Parts: sequence; C-alpha cells; structure tokens
Amino acid sequence: MFPGPVIVASDLRKTYGDSAAVDGISFEVAPGEAFGLLGPNGAGKSTTMRMLGAVSQRTGGDLRILGLDPDRSGPEIRAQLGVVPQSDNLDRELKVRDNLIVYGRYFGMSRKELGPRADALLEFAQLTDRAKARVDQLSGGMKRRLTIARALINDPRILLLDEPTTGLDPQARHVLWDRLFRLKEQGTTLVLTTHHMDEAEQLCDRLVVVDKGVIMAEGPPAELISRYSSREVLEVRFGSDNNAAVAARLGSIGERSEVLPDRVLIYTANGERELAAILAAGFAPITSLVRRSSLEDVFLRLTGRSLVE
Amino acid sequence: MTAVRGGRVEARAARRARRYGTWYATEYRLRLMRAYGGTILAGTLANPLIYIFALGVGLATLVEQKTGPLSAGGHGYLAFVAPALLGIAALTVAMEESTYAVMAGFKWDQTFFAMNAAPLSPAQVASGNVVIVILRLLVGCSVYQVLLFAFGAVPSPWGWLTVLVAVLCGTAVAACLVAFSSSLEGEDSPLALVMRFVITPMMLFSGTFFPLANLPVFLQPIGWVSPLWHATELGRVLNYGAVEPAWLSVLHVAYLLALTAVGWLLAIRVTTSRLSR
Ligand SMILES: Nc1ncnc2c1ncn2[C@@H]1O[C@H](COP(=O)(O)OP(=O)(O)OP(=O)(O)O)[C@@H](O)[C@H]1O
Ligand SMILES: [Mg+2]
Repeated sequence: MFPGPVIVASDLRKTYGDSAAVDGISFEVAPGEAFGLLGPNGAGKSTTMRMLGAVSQRTGGDLRILGLDPDRSGPEIRAQLGVVPQSDNLDRELKVRDNLIVYGRYFGMSRKELGPRADALLEFAQLTDRAKARVDQLSGGMKRRLTIARALINDPRILLLDEPTTGLDPQARHVLWDRLFRLKEQGTTLVLTTHHMDEAEQLCDRLVVVDKGVIMAEGPPAELISRYSSREVLEVRFGSDNNAAVAARLGSIGERSEVLPDRVLIYTANGERELAAILAAGFAPITSLVRRSSLEDVFLRLTGRSLVE
Repeated sequence: MTAVRGGRVEARAARRARRYGTWYATEYRLRLMRAYGGTILAGTLANPLIYIFALGVGLATLVEQKTGPLSAGGHGYLAFVAPALLGIAALTVAMEESTYAVMAGFKWDQTFFAMNAAPLSPAQVASGNVVIVILRLLVGCSVYQVLLFAFGAVPSPWGWLTVLVAVLCGTAVAACLVAFSSSLEGEDSPLALVMRFVITPMMLFSGTFFPLANLPVFLQPIGWVSPLWHATELGRVLNYGAVEPAWLSVLHVAYLLALTAVGWLLAIRVTTSRLSR
C-alpha cells in the first residue's frame, strides 16, 4: 500500500496560450478521502482533473499521483485510476455490457476475468437488466452510472469524477450519490468536481473552493461554512427594484449582508430574531426565509459571486 | 460488493498496456468493424469482380485492338492494370478506415480520449488506427490478387509480391490520412475535399490505366509524388517483368517506406498533442 497522500499538487499550473486555466494550486489528498473541487464555470476544475488523470501535461509546478510523476509514469498512474469525464464518452456503437468489456481490455484484462467483473459492475450500477441495451437507449442518469461502472473496471485506487451529477434530476442524483457513498465506504479515494454546493456538502470530507484557477479556501465543508459564514441566513425579498435601497437602510441588522438582484441575504446567528427586528423597523418584505448557511454563502463571501450563474 | 473490488490488477495493467497497447487499440477498431463486417466482406469480393470484368473484358478489348496483344509484354491489358487495381483497392480501404472512423474517435464519441484515460498512450491510439488498416489491407489485397490470378492477370509467380507492395502503398496513404483526420477539429468537409482533389486524381493519373508517359510532361510530376504510381510501377515489374532500372525499383520501395514513416510519425504527433492538451 502506498503510504502518505495519494495526490500531491504543488503550485500546479496550466496555461493555454496567454491565459492560465490553472494558476498555481496546491493541495494534497489522503488515501480513502473524498476530496472536492468546488467552483463556477471556467474555474479550471476540468483542466485540473485532466492533469490529475495523467493525460494533460502541466505547464508548471509539481504533481505526484500515488508517488509517481505523470509526465513519466502515465500508464502506471492511469492503471490505478478510474476516470469519469465531464461529458460521457461511452461507446455508442457498443452495447452496455460490451462498453465495460472493451474498456477492461485497455487494462490488459482477459475476457475470462472481464465477464464476471462486468456483471458485478452492472449490478453495482443497477444496470443488469440493461446489459444488452444500446447506450443511446439509456437515460442520462443510467449513462452516468455506466460511465462510473466503466471507470471501476480496473478496481482503481482513485476515482476521478468531473461533475458526476450535473444535468441529472434530483432522484437520479441521489441514486448516484448512494453508489459513490458505497465506494467511499470501501476505501476508494474520491476526487470530484462540482458546482453544486449540496453535492460538495454531501460527498466531500474536504474541499477546495476554486475560482479563476486559484484556490480561495480549503477545508471540510462544515468548517468552511463556520469560518466564512454565519450560522443562519435570513433571505428577504423586497422586489427587484427595492432590494438594494432597502438593504442600505437596514443598517446594523445582522452581522453582514449581501444584496443579490432578487433578494437580500442577512448573515446572522439567529435569523428569526433579525426578521422580527426588520418587521419592527417597519419594513415589509414580500417573502422571507430563514435557513442554515451553506457553501453557496462561502463562495459568495469569497468571490462576491454566485456559484451557479 | 466484495466482487467489485477484486484483486489489484494495476501493476500488470501498466506492464501490459506498455507492451501491447497498440494491439488493444487495434482490437477496439476490429470490434467496431464487426458491426459492418457484412458490408466489408461484400465489398472485398464484389469490387474486384466489377473492376476485373469492366477492365479485363470491356476496356481490354478496346485497348488491345489498338495496341495489339503486345501490351504488358504480350500478357494483355488486364495484366498491365492488375497492379494498379490492387493499389486502387488499397487506397479505397485506406480511405474507408482512416477518415470518418478516426474523426469519430476524437470528435463525436471521443472514445480515443477514453482509451487515453486508461493506460493506453496517445502513440498507441494513433498506431492502432494505422495497424487496423494494415490488417484489412492484407486480407483485402490477398483476396483481390486471388481473383486476378483466376482471371489470368498474374502471369509471373513473382506477381504475388504485388500484394505486399499494394499493402505498403495503402499503409503509406492510411498513415497520412490518419494524421490528417486526427487534426480535424471543426467540420469534416476537408475530408471530402481531400478525397475529391487528392485521392481520386491520384487513382486516375498515377500511370494506372495508361502509362504516365502518355500524360503531358507538366502533369507527370503528379505521378512521381504519387505513392500509387510507385506501387503500380513496381507491381508491373513483379507481375509480368516490366523492365526498369534496379535503382528505380529500390526507389519505389524507399519512397513508400518513407511516406509510411512520415505519415505514421505525424499521426502520433497530432494524436499526442490533441489528447494531452
Ligand atoms: N483545450 C483548451 N484550450 C484553450 N483553453 C482551454 C482549454 N481547456 C480549457 N480552457 C480554458 O481554461 C479555463 C478553465 O476551463 P475548465 O474546463 O478547466 O473549467 P471548469 O472549471 O471545468 O468549468 P466548467 O464548470 O464549465 O466545466 C476556461 O477559461 C477554458 O476556456
Ligand atoms: Mg469542467
């Protein structure tokens, strides 16, 4: 077993022409950990994942995957990875089960060992009854599960998932999360990107918030929330024309506030108390809502922008 | 669930991928071929028969009325065109396997990216795309030659070597086409242009159906750069003992080998830069 962190990135960079997609990021991932990269579109998540996957060459910095340098030991690293890319690249010419078999051949596995393994993975991905279907006949969620099953064909130490559930409906997403939880329980290291804060909160032990190719913050989800946000958030709406004007007059209510186009967020330890104060001051919000702080608020605090645009 | 986490396979996987990766990439293309195997088989048999009949029975009668039975050293027009027919068949195979099929792997299905995310290297993916054509060429050209033989178009026993010359010619063109197709990121229309303005003229003006010397002098260089001309000329030496200086025969082989090497290396380079961005 490989001791120490399975991934070490230090000052990792990737530039395309003049623009830096990844602009010097450093992090480590421990064995068995579920590590997340949370960031908006264009943050450099996929670019980072392609470098972690030992396919894309870094422009600068250092990177070690399982102790190996991807520039020199690409095949050795990739033999121990499972990769779920942002967009499914399943083979539409092949049937569902054949997608697994064909992929297993790239790892030098024999047909004899691949048969039972493919069946076990179809079972795991809840696709057993679709084994003979064409890939085109699968729903988005099924395709995603098949891509994950395919990534597991070599029993990888690290599973790289680039936006595993983007574009899926809530139910399909929960099915997928359940599968990923199981993998985690078995000790597979998960590295995933997402721009869904709930996904990051659900799945990740630890995460980095990335924006424009740099890391804005790092830590376990709960810790990031307590570090960068208050316990509760009061959301009030005064109508899109009035939000900014009213917020300016709310004064000292809450610890801090953010004005979004459609609502005002008031950060506080006690949302109900602040709401009462607002009403007592004579303001009449159209709607109001008290909720717990989330990673969305962390992101807003760090970048001044919403995660999902 | 223990079934999903079987024994670790990675050390073996990396070793095997480094050693046999090109074959794994080839095997993938073979498997895709199964889906249209019937079409390939029908083409492999029907195309030669159509050409042999049209040229051997139809055109040959006309040509031999003018030149007398002396063409191809007395062996007839069909023996003269036989090496050209093999070469043209080889180009057709190269075109079928090295254009849209390669583009699909990069662009539409992105399966080459998936292979590279597994232990296969970009170079192995590129080589697989060339090797698959070689395999198809070996089968297709052999079948063609058997049919030509049956129609009396292979007078010399050396004629069987023409198969290898045609395979080499097809490989050279395929390697270049793989490099070109791998570089296409936008539309597929450049492929249609290459077929129309490079491959088709090459088939007609490479001293295939009539000697290069019959062309106006300023068009003859087309023949010299054309791999098909080199293959056809060499094929004629082998097929019925056409006379040419030995150095020219060596040059034919050298040219085809060089083109293969250049195309193949380019294919590897283009594939590598595209996959490892
Ligand atoms: N092959 C490429 N050539 C040029 N620029 C690229 C390339 N790949 C990515 N980029 C640029 O790098 C930046 C980061 O892209 P990347 O795909 O890594 O972002 P992301 O965080 O995955 O975004 P998304 O959430 O939309 O998937 C973007 O500005 C993108 O335009
Ligand atoms: Mg992305």
